[in-house]
Parts: sequence; structure tokens; C-alpha cells
Amino acid sequence: MEEKEKLTIAVLSGDLERALAAFMLATTGAAMGMEVNMFFTFWGLNIIKKNEGSIKSKGLMRKMLNLMNRGGSKRLKLSRFNMLGLGTWMMKRLMKDTNMPSVDEYITMAHEMGVNLIGCTTTCGVMGIAPEEETFRSEVETLSGATYFLNLARQSKVTLFI
Amino acid sequence: MKADQSLDCVGLYCPIPIVKTAEKIKQLKSGEVLEIVADDKGIKLDMPAWCEATGHEFLGIEEEGNEIKVYVKKTH
Repeated sequence: MEEKEKLTIAVLSGDLERALAAFMLATTGAAMGMEVNMFFTFWGLNIIKKNEGSIKSKGLMRKMLNLMNRGGSKRLKLSRFNMLGLGTWMMKRLMKDTNMPSVDEYITMAHEMGVNLIGCTTTCGVMGIAPEEETFRSEVETLSGATYFLNLARQSKVTLFI
Repeated sequence: MKADQSLDCVGLYCPIPIVKTAEKIKQLKSGEVLEIVADDKGIKLDMPAWCEATGHEFLGIEEEGNEIKVYVKKTH
């Protein structure tokens, strides 16, 4: 069989709607027979953090940052109309009513479809997040830097930055 | 149109019908026809696009009220 076309998505944002858009495109790409890689950086890392437990970090500033920026797929908020959580709660209700998967379900689905989830080690370093199993969900099997992402992008038919 | 298998996607929005179709088509033999029943209008352009990308044959659409039936022939 010929080599699969590649779709590479860089996810910088941790906003709920952007995370959803990224996973909708990733699962669609996989359904279309593409090899899909998602590279999570900056606030995007929040999407692939574990929902349970605490995030370990060193130093006062990083501890404060990780306290305010806990992350986890179930904690993502809408970028607009969050309204102290009410807007996000309503959007999640509407999504449920229309049988739309949650970000959490999308991550599981994407993983089952062979989508590769990659965490950015530089962001981990700057923000003081331990780039280990205790921080990220089990679906995240790769950690890398910008070169790995760019090399994927170089070989990709489609590259998106969300 | 006659189909060998049917997939119910009523009440599901893009991209779930496509994701389910990609999964379901694995169960068919080459040359068999899959019927997808949906009510999200997006499928009318999404399914031909999916066929173009995957190489399966798009056979056509039948509409009855809100129900959209899409037919795809597995080619490989």
C-alpha cells in the first residue's frame, strides 16, 4: 500500500471550542485514512493533562502558575461567554443533547483511531510541568520539541495551527 | 437502493457519521454496499469527499423528509 497522507495539527490553545475543533479535524483525518499527529504546546498542554490528582512543579512562580492553570480535558472553558462557568456548562449541555462527544471522549476516540498525541517538552520546562506519566494522560505516547513537529509538518499534506 | 449493511447515524453531527462509516466499512467485503442513514445535511457533501479521499465509490443519496440515505460501495 502507498504511504498515508499526513495531517499535522499544532494545538496552542486550551480553549474548549478550539480543542473540540482540533479533535474533530483529527478524527476526521484519521477516518479519511490519513496519518494524524497532534502537537500540544503552551495552553494546549492543558487538554492532555490528567484530570485527576495534582500537577507537580518546582519553584513558587511555577507552583502558582500550575495552581491557576491546572488543566485537564474536563476543566477547559469557552474563550467567549464563559460567564463564570455558566456559558461553558450550557455549551456542554447542548453538546450532550446533540450527541456530540466531549473533549475527554474525543481524546479516547482519537487515540483508538491511531492519532498520535505529542506533548511539547519546552513548554513543560518553562511552565515547570514534569513531562511524565504523572502529568499527562496515558494516550500521550510522545514528547518532543519543535524540530520533531516541523519535520512532521514538512512531510504533511495538511498542517494546521489551532 | 439495495445495500448489504446499514448504519444508523440519525441524531449525530459531523464528524461522527464519517468516523462511524470508516469503522463500519471494515466489516464489509469488497464490492458490498453500505447504507448510511443520517439527518445532518452536512453528510451530503462530506460523504462524497470521504469517498474521494479513501477511494471507495460514492453511489448516491436518497432523501425522504429529514432522513438522508447515503450509499457507498467498498472498493478495496
